[in-house]
Amino acid sequence: MKYESQKVAMYYFAGALALFVAQVLFGVLMGTVVVVPNFLSELLPFNIMRMVHTNALIVWLLMGFFGCAYYLIPEEAERELHSTKLAIIQFWLFLFGAAAAVVGYLFRIHEGREFLEQPLWIKLAIVVVALMFLYNVSMTVLKGRKTAITSVLLLGLWGIAVFFLFSLYNPSNLVLDKMFWWWVVHLWVEGVWELVMASVLAFLMIKMTGVDREVVEKWLYLIIALTLFTGILGTGHHYYWIGTPGYWQWIGSIFSALEVFPFFAMVIFTFYMVWKGGRTHPNKAALLWSLGCSAFAFFGAGVWGFMHTLAPINYYTHGTQVTAAHGHLAFYGAYVMLNIAMFTYAMPNILKREPYNQVLNMWGFWITSGGVAFMTFALTFAGVVQTHLQRVMGMNFMEVQEQLGLFYWLRLGAGVAVLVGTILIVWSLAVPGSRQKAASQAGLAAAE
Amino acid sequence: MNAKLKDNAEWGALSALPGNPMIWILIISELVVFGLALIGFMAMRFLKPEIFATGQAALDYWLGGLNTMFLITSGWCAARAVHARSRDQRQKARLWLGGAGMFGAAFLVVKLVEWSEKLSQGHDIAFDAFFTLFYLITGFHAAHVVMGLAILAIVGWWDSLENLKTGTAFWHMVDLIWLIIFPVIYLARGL
Repeated sequence: MKYESQKVAMYYFAGALALFVAQVLFGVLMGTVVVVPNFLSELLPFNIMRMVHTNALIVWLLMGFFGCAYYLIPEEAERELHSTKLAIIQFWLFLFGAAAAVVGYLFRIHEGREFLEQPLWIKLAIVVVALMFLYNVSMTVLKGRKTAITSVLLLGLWGIAVFFLFSLYNPSNLVLDKMFWWWVVHLWVEGVWELVMASVLAFLMIKMTGVDREVVEKWLYLIIALTLFTGILGTGHHYYWIGTPGYWQWIGSIFSALEVFPFFAMVIFTFYMVWKGGRTHPNKAALLWSLGCSAFAFFGAGVWGFMHTLAPINYYTHGTQVTAAHGHLAFYGAYVMLNIAMFTYAMPNILKREPYNQVLNMWGFWITSGGVAFMTFALTFAGVVQTHLQRVMGMNFMEVQEQLGLFYWLRLGAGVAVLVGTILIVWSLAVPGSRQKAASQAGLAAAE
Repeated sequence: MNAKLKDNAEWGALSALPGNPMIWILIISELVVFGLALIGFMAMRFLKPEIFATGQAALDYWLGGLNTMFLITSGWCAARAVHARSRDQRQKARLWLGGAGMFGAAFLVVKLVEWSEKLSQGHDIAFDAFFTLFYLITGFHAAHVVMGLAILAIVGWWDSLENLKTGTAFWHMVDLIWLIIFPVIYLARGL
């Protein structure tokens, strides 16, 4: 860490980690409801838990991205942040909006539109938060050194804000409603968020492997070219069965099948950089998360996405547990791991804890990743059985659900493992390790 | 920035190709997309032979053939432009580029005539599986012709040899793809 204002990222990291725990906790509660249907049914119905689970995920990932940008941009731009004060006000406003939304959900106040349930005034507050953020980081970049990493990151962050505006557009025609609804969710995760992912990974590679910036930038250009080429028209794979014309089945199938390539390029990129630059960097945990991020994103977003993206296959699998399997592994691999990689790299630097709790953090990596992987397998098998019974044999929905009980129990077990892993990760980042304590006491003794 | 990119970093196999390596990333991606679309076309033809036989019979391969001549000639003009620019004949290079653009525009005119004729017969994109793919593939290709014309105009304006090589590489891809579309969609009937 070279600049004082990078410390402001700590607010965002802390907020994100708290929401991460809440998100996983609600996931475990939902996993319980699926196997014990009346669990909490009066107090906290499933649909409300699902809103909290999905909204908390999106909000903490965004909060993490904000934190990543506040840490990364001063270092890349080689100057202090435009306004630290604005960043702090933005954080509290964002946290207040998120908390108000969740409390509202608990009292059944929401707009009902899936994933965009936030009441209008909260959506508008999010737009204000985004503008404060974009002003702050853009001014910093404009006044400082411009690199490929900051350009791509800014493109991604501006894209997030622009596409969020479509959450305010809610046409009464259901086809148009769904069509633009995907512009928020899909063009984020398979478009502009991938730009954020590529630029943050590029930053981490430069910092940790010591490979030349020119080489890293070349990869960054390649990755974003592939992302935009495949991801934008790849949105068509959501337009198969919502009432849009049939040609979307061809556009969606062809372009989304190619969405594997940017993720594959990120795997080659990170592993090649680490192989080329060596693994001498002391922060082994951050390196592990970076490599894990590209690998899990490739499987979760790339391979598990490809499995059901072709229209003739999706005709059978649409909306089954196959989708749930893909959603969990993709979000974890691409965006959860990206954020944790950056937190793991940046937090010890900000907190000046060089020899910190790395082993515990890596345990967190393996337990969480193992849990998510096992959950993915359980849901994939559930999805295959469900597709066959429901869509091929024509059994009715609830009969099929009964047949999936075993897989749902396995999923719950995996979910508990993820919760344990999450707590380990948060603990390892927040609490100084024993060696760290010893080191700082030694430092104190020496000072005395 | 472009020249710097190429100088400073090793692009592997792409470094040996003419023009900016990034254009080759695009060209390869485009070839994959059109390849998949044409494989899809052939698979559907295998699955629905009657619909495809009727659909293909409705196409005018003379118009397709004329367009093939236009694009090949246009590609030749573009190649002459690079040749002229490499001998520092800038004006000559621009004239050749203009010629390439004229033949490209002629291709689009013929394409519009062809589409409007098909549409007047009631064959729109939702007519059947054949026409969905016919309009998607030829329409997507025509969109690339439009983009290619814009690129030719841009490299005609900023006319370094590197830019000319980059722009014409894209243009040659556009005519190469047509050379695959034409036989698959228009000519291969009843095979």
